Amino acid sequence: MSRIIRHRAVVQDNWQLLEQDRAGSLPFAGDVIVPAALWMRERAALSFRLGRIGLWLDTNADPGPLAPDLPRFGVIAVRFASATDGRGYTLARLLRERHAYRGELRAIGEVLHDQLFYLWRCGFDAFALRADQDAQQALAAFDAFSEAYQGSVERPEPLFRRRAQSKAPQRPA
Amino acid sequence: MYLYDEIDQRIVNERVQQFREQTRRYLAGALSADEFRPLRLQNGLYVERHAPMLRIAIPYGLLSSVQLRKLAHVARTYDRGYGHFSTRQNLQLNWPSMERVPDILAELAQVQMHAIQTSGSCVRNTTTDHFAGVAPDEIVDSFVWCELIRQWSTLHPEFAYLPRKFKIAVSGSAADRAATWVHDIGLHAQRAVRGMADAEPGEVGFRVIVGGGLGRTPIIGHAIREFLPWRHLLSYLDAILRVYNRYGRRDNKYKARIKILVKELTPAVFAQKVEEEWSQLRDGPSTLIEDEVKRIESRFTRPAYAALQAGNPLVEAMLAADEAFASWHRRNVHPHKVPGYAAVTLSLKRSGAAPGDASAEQMDAIAGLAERYSFGELRVSHEQNLILADVRASDLHALWREIRPLGLATPNIGLLTNIIACPGGDFCSLANARSIPVAQAVQRRFDDLDYLHDIGELDLNISGCMNSCGHHHVGHIGILGVDKQGEEYYQVSIGGAQGAHASLGRVIGPAFSQEQVPEVIEKLIEVYLGQRDSEQERFIDTVRRIGIEPFRDYVYESHHQTPRRSARQLAAA
Repeated sequence: MSRIIRHRAVVQDNWQLLEQDRAGSLPFAGDVIVPAALWMRERAALSFRLGRIGLWLDTNADPGPLAPDLPRFGVIAVRFASATDGRGYTLARLLRERHAYRGELRAIGEVLHDQLFYLWRCGFDAFALRADQDAQQALAAFDAFSEAYQGSVERPEPLFRRRAQSKAPQRPA
Repeated sequence: MYLYDEIDQRIVNERVQQFREQTRRYLAGALSADEFRPLRLQNGLYVERHAPMLRIAIPYGLLSSVQLRKLAHVARTYDRGYGHFSTRQNLQLNWPSMERVPDILAELAQVQMHAIQTSGSCVRNTTTDHFAGVAPDEIVDSFVWCELIRQWSTLHPEFAYLPRKFKIAVSGSAADRAATWVHDIGLHAQRAVRGMADAEPGEVGFRVIVGGGLGRTPIIGHAIREFLPWRHLLSYLDAILRVYNRYGRRDNKYKARIKILVKELTPAVFAQKVEEEWSQLRDGPSTLIEDEVKRIESRFTRPAYAALQAGNPLVEAMLAADEAFASWHRRNVHPHKVPGYAAVTLSLKRSGAAPGDASAEQMDAIAGLAERYSFGELRVSHEQNLILADVRASDLHALWREIRPLGLATPNIGLLTNIIACPGGDFCSLANARSIPVAQAVQRRFDDLDYLHDIGELDLNISGCMNSCGHHHVGHIGILGVDKQGEEYYQVSIGGAQGAHASLGRVIGPAFSQEQVPEVIEKLIEVYLGQRDSEQERFIDTVRRIGIEPFRDYVYESHHQTPRRSARQLAAA
């Protein structure tokens, strides 16, 4: 059990992360997040377990081949090997916007306070911060900016479209 | 000038607040140096050789008098009373203290300025033609498109951690004065002609060039799309950046720029990947709308030009009577699309000055000049000079008399001593060698203005290291600082050029010591003057016609021989 940020609140979390080389020790019950390679290899066996399955992706993953399976995952965890790896941001948008993934999208690994705002805009809604980070304090990061020029997952219309709409004359009822 | 609205201002204010808080956490030990690094870089703050360096954005090089006065104030209050205009149309302060940077940013925000994304692996300040809006050969005013790109790139959530820095340049005229072929993305704004697919005649669109760049691996970019209609500009940029963000190399920072990805995939395959990505984004929410383009256009202040005659008898008379004025007019005054007006370059390259440096006093004085002579606006050129873009022809002589005592009237634009140089080893921790003393030595050597004018157009560019901030690859003569067993040496190349016929220079041979450099330049000039077929043939043309070999042979062998006539005699002949 660990504490994570989910939907902008610090909560307890029960998901277990299964390391790649520990596939043999997969518990029969409980919620586990398994590496994508393991999922691809043992999809059928994993489906008979009790408990939910989550998917672990590295930032360089191609979401295309996994697209048909996405609704089956209780969570997708994208692991940042470094805090400056920008690929995870694109991956999140592809999962949300191109492949219509609606479940929990969690950033794990080198996830620090100051990344949260952009991660959230790209579609992450859960954050397992690196152990030394103060999750409660990090919640402030979501409110760093009250506006943004670009469209993003959390608000698909870019600012210029929202401006144009608010300016448009109202139709009479 | 583009004037912020309430939202533009709020975003910049919130950025100051965010960085103040990040700096506080760093100074309190809650953020490690490694963790603070990308945060401070994306706010323009480097840790350099002597002190931090702060790079302030001057979006597309456009600046108001009010802003320049603020920069002077900041230089005086928080630094040592001067700043350095860089080749990316930004201003760098070399001596701020880290603790006070949030205060500097707060001061800048008061005049709608910031340092957002002036460094780090993100989309940097978009640059353009310093004659945008006034050039007679202009097809499209690039400022509007630059501002649209500025807003799109500012705090873009997906592209803040790219494999490496990313620079976009926009040109809107026939002559490319924005070095678009040597940028990560170069855009040529143009108008559609009859028969183009997907565009009405006269509609604005862009030729899209990717993968150009200088640095360690200089490459001329590749056009991946000949005409992109304006409404697709941002979604297409998203597509290019997304392909780069996903597939660009992150294992080796020297191979991480987009040019390496384009080269490794081949331009055709890269273009195909972009088109595939774009086919998914096309006509999505990022598609621009006419309302927005008009809104941005309307937020730019425009000079209220008077209706004037094209020719001015007073100026003609002064030109005939005053040779010094005429010589300045020839080099530093540029044509304007509105009759009776001219654009003027204030040279920051007087002999002995560090190229691009301006003191707080000069900045204040220039701000006043801009108010009195040019509608309170000015531009920074990528050649590190300042431009008053809208001066009445009838005011030119008065302006010239005012700027002479300020050291801003050196008539050397386009000439050898208009040297582009990075800050070099005196300031920059990346540099192998110093740039400024070399530039100064060359300026002193070619101090004779008549000789300088006889040599004619010549771009001399100096970089203190392979990062090529001084654009040495595209100098007609390029000088690169290299390190040989701890000693500073300088490699010389010739034949580079910027603009529509961009080319990369070739190294003439083994590097020289700092003392030898002026001599070597002199010899290159001697060969040129001896070989040129007329005074119209520029140095670069001669190099292209006869190749680098005659230059190389003379430079490396000439210590055995004496030329029959000195270069100065040849020039006079």
